[in-house]
Amino acid sequence: MIGTTYPHAPGFVAGDRPRIVTSRFEFDDAHTLDRYLATGGYKGLQAALAKSPTEVHDDVKGATVLGRGGAGFPAGVKWGLTPQAVWPRYLVVNGDESEPGTYKDRLLMELDPHQLIEGCLIACYAAGLSQCFLYIRGEMALAQERVATALNEAYAAGYIGKNILGTNFSVDIVLHWGAGAYVVGEETALIESLEGNRGMPRLKPPYFPAAIGLYGKPTIVNNVETLANLPWLMTNGVEAYTAIGTATSPGTRMVAVSGHVKRPGVFEIINGTTTFRDLLYGEEFCGGIRDDNELKAFVPGGGSAPWFVPDQLDLPFENKLVSAAGSMLGSGAVMVMDETTDIPAAALTLTRFYAHESCGKCVPCREGGTWLERIMRRIVDGHGSQRDLDQLIEVGETICPGAFPHAASDRLGLDAVPFPYKMTTICFVGPSAYAPVHSALTLFRDEFEAKLVQRNLIPVSVGGAP
Amino acid sequence: MARLNEANVVYAKEIIGRYPMPRSATIPLLHLAQQQDGYVTNEAIKHIGELVGASSAEVLGTATFYEMFKFEPVGKFVVNICGTMSCALLGAEELLHHAEEALGIKAGSTTPDGMFTLERAECQAACTEAPCLQVNYRYRYRVTPRDLDNLIEDLRSGRLDGEIPSHGTVARVRQHIPSERAVGAVPPDDVKGAPVWMPAPAPAEAQK
Repeated sequence: MIGTTYPHAPGFVAGDRPRIVTSRFEFDDAHTLDRYLATGGYKGLQAALAKSPTEVHDDVKGATVLGRGGAGFPAGVKWGLTPQAVWPRYLVVNGDESEPGTYKDRLLMELDPHQLIEGCLIACYAAGLSQCFLYIRGEMALAQERVATALNEAYAAGYIGKNILGTNFSVDIVLHWGAGAYVVGEETALIESLEGNRGMPRLKPPYFPAAIGLYGKPTIVNNVETLANLPWLMTNGVEAYTAIGTATSPGTRMVAVSGHVKRPGVFEIINGTTTFRDLLYGEEFCGGIRDDNELKAFVPGGGSAPWFVPDQLDLPFENKLVSAAGSMLGSGAVMVMDETTDIPAAALTLTRFYAHESCGKCVPCREGGTWLERIMRRIVDGHGSQRDLDQLIEVGETICPGAFPHAASDRLGLDAVPFPYKMTTICFVGPSAYAPVHSALTLFRDEFEAKLVQRNLIPVSVGGAP
Repeated sequence: MARLNEANVVYAKEIIGRYPMPRSATIPLLHLAQQQDGYVTNEAIKHIGELVGASSAEVLGTATFYEMFKFEPVGKFVVNICGTMSCALLGAEELLHHAEEALGIKAGSTTPDGMFTLERAECQAACTEAPCLQVNYRYRYRVTPRDLDNLIEDLRSGRLDGEIPSHGTVARVRQHIPSERAVGAVPPDDVKGAPVWMPAPAPAEAQK
C-alpha cells in the first residue's frame, strides 16, 4: 500500500495529494510555535490583516469553504447571517468531536493547534467577533494540553490579545472544555453548555445562533476543520483553493475510514471527486476489505447517516449526489462492514449510542430511542418476534414521520429515497437512533427475520402483547 | 470536606474572569473540584454555586448532565473501553469481557482496592485505531486482550504514574492569559457598537 504514516499521528496516512489542513502532520513538533512559524505559520493572519474585514469575508464566501462539522453549510454564508448592527458577536469553536466514526478534529487540535488558532483569529477579524471560545471535548486530554500550550505561546508572541501584530484588531481566545455529552456537538446545545447549563438543544426558530446565540447575542459556531482551512486560504488565495476539488465542493476534506478494511486511516482527500470506491479499495487509501472479503455495507458520513451498500461505491464525496442517493456526508466518517458482519448487532451498537446520548428534552427521542434499543437488543439476543420488526418502524415513524431516506439496492430492486427526513425532535439525535435501524432493516431484512423466534410472546415482555 | 482549597479558588477566579458571564465557568470549575478530590463533592457544588452566582441545585443540575463528573469515589484509574460501532466491529465486546474477567468486576464498578473503575464508554474519536480505550482520558490504541493485561499490570505497579495522572486531572497544562495582553471579558449588555477594527456601517444601516 502507498502512503506514509507517523507514530506521532496515530491513524493519519499522508499521500501524494494536495494537503491543506494536514500539511504539518509529518513533523512530530508541529504543535510548537517554532515549527509553526518555520512552516509559514501566521502568514494567513498577516495576509488577512492587510485586507479589510469585508474583503476577507468575501474571500471565504468566494472560496465556498463548506462547514466540516456535518451539515456542510458554507462558512462565509453562515458568518453573514448575523443581524446588522447587533453587538457583541461571538465565535464558538466546536471541538466536541464525538460522532461515531469521526476522527479528524482531535488530530487537528493535537498536531497543529496553532493552525486552528490562526483560523479563529481570521474568522474573528472578518466577521467582527469580539471574543472566541474554543470548546474542546472533555475526554480529549492531550488536545486540551496542546491547545492550552499553543494559546499561551501565541499570547506571549502577540498573536492573540490586545492590538494583534500592532493593528487595532484585538480578541481573546478562551479555552473551554466539556465533560462528556455527545449532544453538545449540536450548536445550540454547545452554547447552553458554554453558558454553564445542561447541554440541551434550544427550541427553533431561530434556526441559527448567528441570530440569537451565546448570552442571547449573535454567535458563529464553526467546526475545527472548517477554521483550520482559513490560514491556507488566506496565504494562498481563493483561486488556489478552488483549483482543488469541484465548484460545489472545493478544497479537501478529512475523512476517517474505520472497520473492516485492510488499512483503516485518516486521509485528507480531494473534495467532490474522490469516490467511496477510491477510498475503500485504492492502494493509497484503505487498500481493500480485510482478508479480501466482500463488502456488505458501509456508513458514509458518521453514525447518524443512513447506510450504503456496494451499489453506491462509485459516488464521489459531493453533498448533493450523496443526498440524492439517500444519505449524507456528515462529518467525514466511513465505517465499513464486511460479509462476516452481523448486521442487526452492528446497527444495535449505533442505536445504543444515540439512545444513551439522548438529552431527554424531546419525548420521541428520549422514549423512542430507548424503545428502539430495547427492541433491537431483544432481536439480537434471539428473543424477537415478527411484531418487533413492525414496532421498530412504528417507533421510528414517531421520530421521523413519512418516508425515511435509504439507498438503492439492485439486489432488492429498491430505489433510493433521498435525504433529508422530517423529524419531530429539535435536533438530530433522535433520528440518528432510527437511521441505523431503518437502514439495516430495509437493506438486510432477511438477517432480522433469521433471528426471530417462532413462538407467542411472553405477555410481560416490553413492547406489549401482539 | 472539600470546598475548593485556597490555590484552586485563586485559579477559579482567574477562570471566571475570562467569561462575560460567571456561570459559563461552571463546567471548568466542576473539573477543578474533581481534580482536587477525585470526584465532585456536595460541598464543592455549593462552593462553585457561590463563586459563579448560582444555587447548588443549578450547579448540580448542570453537573449531573455530564458523564465525566462522578459524585462518589471512583478508582485511581478509570478505564473506559469504547463499545460503539467501529470498535465493536473489531472486538470491543470481547475486550470488555476480558477486562471484566481480568479485574474481577463488572463494567460500571470499582475494584475493592480502589485502583480501577471499569466503564463501557461511547465513541472516543479514535475510530481508525479500534478497539481503543482510555485510562483517565489517555488513549491506548488497537488494544488486544494481552495488551490490556500488560496495561493493568503497569498501572498497578505505578510504572505509568508519570504519564497518567490520578483520576480527576484531565489536562495538566492550563491556559493563562497574561494580564498585559488580555482584552478582557465584558458583560454582553455593556458592549455598545461594533469592534474598532470593523468598517463604519453603511448609511442605510446606521439609520436602523
